Amino acid sequence: MIRTENIFKAFGDKTVLHGISTSFYKGKTNLIIGRSGTGKTVLLKLLVGLLTPTEGKVYYGDTDFFGLNKKEKRQIRMKVGMLFQSSALFDSMTVEENIRFPLDMFTNHTAKEKNMRVDYCLERVNLSGINSKFPSETSGGMQKRVGIARAIVLDPEFLFCDEPNSGLDPKTSILIDELIRSITQENNITTVINTHDMNSVMEIGENIILLHQGHVAWRGNKDEILETENEILTDFIFASPFLQRLRAAALNK
Amino acid sequence: MLFNFFYHFGRYLKMMGTALTRPEKLNMYYRETTRQMIDIGIGSLVIVGLIAIFIGAVTAIQFSYQLDGTLVPRWYIGYIVRDSTIIELAPTITCLVLAGKVGSNIAAEIGGMRQKEHIDAMEIMGVNTANYLIMPKIIAALFVIPLLVAVGAFISVIGGYAATVFTGLLSNAEYIQGVRSFFVEKNVTMMFVKALVFAFLLTSVSAYQGYHVKGGSIELGQASTNAVVYSDILILLADYLLAVFFTQ
Ligand SMILES: Nc1ncnc2c1ncn2[C@@H]1O[C@H](COP(=O)(O)OP(=O)(O)OP(=O)(O)O)[C@@H](O)[C@H]1O
Ligand SMILES: [Mg+2]
Repeated sequence: MIRTENIFKAFGDKTVLHGISTSFYKGKTNLIIGRSGTGKTVLLKLLVGLLTPTEGKVYYGDTDFFGLNKKEKRQIRMKVGMLFQSSALFDSMTVEENIRFPLDMFTNHTAKEKNMRVDYCLERVNLSGINSKFPSETSGGMQKRVGIARAIVLDPEFLFCDEPNSGLDPKTSILIDELIRSITQENNITTVINTHDMNSVMEIGENIILLHQGHVAWRGNKDEILETENEILTDFIFASPFLQRLRAAALNK
Repeated sequence: MLFNFFYHFGRYLKMMGTALTRPEKLNMYYRETTRQMIDIGIGSLVIVGLIAIFIGAVTAIQFSYQLDGTLVPRWYIGYIVRDSTIIELAPTITCLVLAGKVGSNIAAEIGGMRQKEHIDAMEIMGVNTANYLIMPKIIAALFVIPLLVAVGAFISVIGGYAATVFTGLLSNAEYIQGVRSFFVEKNVTMMFVKALVFAFLLTSVSAYQGYHVKGGSIELGQASTNAVVYSDILILLADYLLAVFFTQ
């Protein structure tokens, strides 16, 4: 479990996060949703320590993450897998080398074991056989999935995904949601996902927080979403007139 | 200005403190170090050789012109070429050129990785990125650049030979006699010490520029330029200090 306590984050005199206190639970798919530019990526980067909060704390279990020294932080990070919004694949390495990198760096597996693990991860994101391609030779959606494969290759205890299914077609998107959910449940890990994909929200939203202007404007799960009266949330979800009509029809029944 | 200097110097020391620790996974570092050695060493051989030939040739011709009509014997030219290249020209000019070639390359490579979030991605995995990205480059440079400098000094002497003997300024015997006279071992030590110091400066300063780059492609270009400029300044400064130290 990961817990944040009253997190503030400012860039210069622009405050992006105004006191976020929330929990991300183990074995659940925790979602951070919100409009573009509300600070989802900033919050995710704070959770893993790529940014430092202006104020506030992040706890991994009972450990105060920002109270740790560099080496102790690194120990926690070895248990972390992260997919970046930009995928951040190493562009001078092939897909296979990208996924194998954490294995090379942190395990003593034989070459054969590593290759099997790489193939297994590629298979899970439905990309078998592109091992020797370079990231620049693949599509944006494929890069996202390679990023996920790289994030899960070491069986992380904490998985962070920044917009895992932006740029994917609906079918692949569902596949990725399913993958993330099953990994979360099978390995009983803490997964935090940034998204504004409504399909994902309704499919895997077991613990959702809605960010709005730097505050948590709503929290709950996918079943509570349909019934909520929270205006910020309904504004966010039922943005299109089509969905508004659909909701009105559903409520009138 | 002074505050700025201490800010950068402090941040540089902090980065080097993290960079120069014992790596956890030796074979990954070994692989990276050998790659850098090939990059820096083989990749710079042609340019270093080319420059060395001209340094030797110009020194020889210049001195034969200046010594003409003086009481200094002509065969001294071989001696002058040998010592001026060993003591000063080979290490300094080679490293100034390498700051331009290797330094800018290091700054651009690491800076690009910073901007494309590759460094963040590695940090998240638990990699000590300063260590993994910088130490192999420094070690490779410390091995390879002194060798390049030695090769450069040797080629310079040949360059001097070509420029004087082939053109009839000196006879074969005169040049060889000069090259073999008044040899002081300490000068060779000095050459290697200079090469080591310059190699460390140019790689670490360039890595610093790349590692802390922000913004976009304009800033990346600036970082690469700064890497060369600051490396050059520091190399010349260190050259001066070493000269004072060694001649005392
Ligand atoms: N390094 C930075 N320096 C200054 N401002 C920043 C920085 N990073 C983010 N911001 C600001 O923080 C705000 C939140 O950005 P963030 O990237 O977290 O948005 P987001 O919710 O992830 O949006 P999207 O859904 O488009 O990815 C933005 O207004 C952005 O301008
Ligand atoms: Mg974002």
